[in-house]
Amino acid sequence: MNVIVEREKGLVELEQRIAALKSQAAQQPVDMSGVIRELEAKYAEIQREVFGRMSAWQRVNMARHPKRPLGSDYVAALDRFDELHGDRHFRDDHAIVGGFAKLRGRRIMVIAQDKGRDTKEKVFRNFGMPSPEGYRKVIRLVDLAVHLGLPLVTFVDTSGADPGIGSEERAQAEAIAQSLYRFAEARVPIVACIIGEGGSGGALALAIADRVMMLEHAVYSVASPEGAAAILWGDAARAEEAAGRLRLTSDDLLEFGIIDEIVPEPLGGAHRDAAGTVALVLDAVDAALANLGKVPLDTLLDRRFAKFRRIGAPA
Amino acid sequence: MRRADPTSGEDAAQWTKCPKCGEMIYRPDLATNLWVCPRCEHHFRMHAFDRISMLVDSDFTEIGGDLVPGDPLGWTDKTPYPQKLERDREKSKLTEGVVCGFGSIGGFPVALGVMDFNFRGGTMGTVVGERITQLFERARERHVPCIVFTASGGARMEEGMLALMQMAKTTLALARFRDEGGYFITVLTDPTTGGVSASFGFQADVIVAEAHAAIGFAGRRVIEQTIRQKLPDNFQTAEFLLEKGALDMVVARKDVKDVLVRLLDYGAAGRTPTNGQSALPSTLVPPPVQSTV
Repeated sequence: MNVIVEREKGLVELEQRIAALKSQAAQQPVDMSGVIRELEAKYAEIQREVFGRMSAWQRVNMARHPKRPLGSDYVAALDRFDELHGDRHFRDDHAIVGGFAKLRGRRIMVIAQDKGRDTKEKVFRNFGMPSPEGYRKVIRLVDLAVHLGLPLVTFVDTSGADPGIGSEERAQAEAIAQSLYRFAEARVPIVACIIGEGGSGGALALAIADRVMMLEHAVYSVASPEGAAAILWGDAARAEEAAGRLRLTSDDLLEFGIIDEIVPEPLGGAHRDAAGTVALVLDAVDAALANLGKVPLDTLLDRRFAKFRRIGAPA
Repeated sequence: MRRADPTSGEDAAQWTKCPKCGEMIYRPDLATNLWVCPRCEHHFRMHAFDRISMLVDSDFTEIGGDLVPGDPLGWTDKTPYPQKLERDREKSKLTEGVVCGFGSIGGFPVALGVMDFNFRGGTMGTVVGERITQLFERARERHVPCIVFTASGGARMEEGMLALMQMAKTTLALARFRDEGGYFITVLTDPTTGGVSASFGFQADVIVAEAHAAIGFAGRRVIEQTIRQKLPDNFQTAEFLLEKGALDMVVARKDVKDVLVRLLDYGAAGRTPTNGQSALPSTLVPPPVQSTV
């Protein structure tokens, strides 16, 4: 069970009571404004208490919130989108949505991971876990973007690359490795947005970028907390403990110089104002692309190299 | 000539049991046989320096050996991370999970990196990433080919995202090396999984795997837990991946050096084996008259 959804229950009740009182007040001559104010104050207090300072595990749950905007929601908010399908070899991986698009009038290549909203869609999108053919579609789209000189925009949201038999048979490791390589070399500006879960190599495969931004309550981690707990202690149930140690929040990663920018979320999380959050992210992407567009390509690639070269280098 | 009974006395430490066929093997024999079981050909995991001595002609100069990790996350579980590192240093006689340096193989000067599973499961943290990056950078400066032997469980959890980002860092450094004509060969040894297979492991111009090595992205246990069924024995083996088209060749340990010399020769069009002296830029040297193999 999602711990944020659990904590929201009390708030949702309170919200409904306030709304009911307000509609009652509108129909009755009795002054209820005092009661309503009191309830609203209580609501704000609980909201601050619940969301003001969230633990790492709460952030993980926020990043997995069932109502959180997904990759497709960002793609749908672009001015225009023409989806391109398939890896040309095996099949079209629906965990990855990508194609030509326009953002604030600018032509781009967009690539998003999408977990799916309801059960049917989750199955269709393999819960946002790309298979090798998904990464090979990504590689194809990166090559095409470079060929046409289109900047790349990626939206990252995956618990990790698909760990199934078929994925191993078709060399998942090779697909991710080659995707990393294409992003390293791509002679176009790249902006990556971590919008939900950035899970391990399966996320990084879309996130070698000139500007890496992250939503305030997104997480980005060397392995999912469950995966890390299983690797370290042979017990996936200790995920909360692992989350607390992995330093996977946006503040941690800004401090380490692993991300470049945090996009704030409304109090209570991105889903409290999904359209507003999506617009804010797209504004940030637009601003980043405007800046990167002014940089000569050779300089851009030198800077890209230097940015990642510093991580974990001796002081 | 008759050796001591394996089960008795002080010589017991000199004997080791093959984990695959159960054969008791006299350790000096095992070393002579390149840590391959004489009965079933099980390839034991090798110490990095044993591997290096098996490969290089005589010369080897290590680089980055003094780089050791800090504790960027302040990690403690049962044991604080610095203590785990200390324990592994004692156990493995290594300073980190990879040994990098320069030497020559069959007369061809090379940049050589050898990972060692004995140190934190060969996991890639900041120092492994940094040493590999420096290896690519120095190989680029010296215009020599680069060979990396992988053996790794993936990214190192105790260094968190800083560990994961080494996949990005090494990739960027490798791209720069290859863009200038750098020739990169990997030899995937048992086991190679996770962040190492999903970065430089599978980014090489030629990918060789040692016989019977376990190679993959997700760990076997993770897959079994996910699909809730047992996997076939040959799943994620070098031989399995060769059949699936993911590798160029699978080679028995005794043949690895010869194969590498042949591969280095193909990459040396325009370069000459120089017996450890630095190679000149390819444009300045005529092709070798005679192959070394």
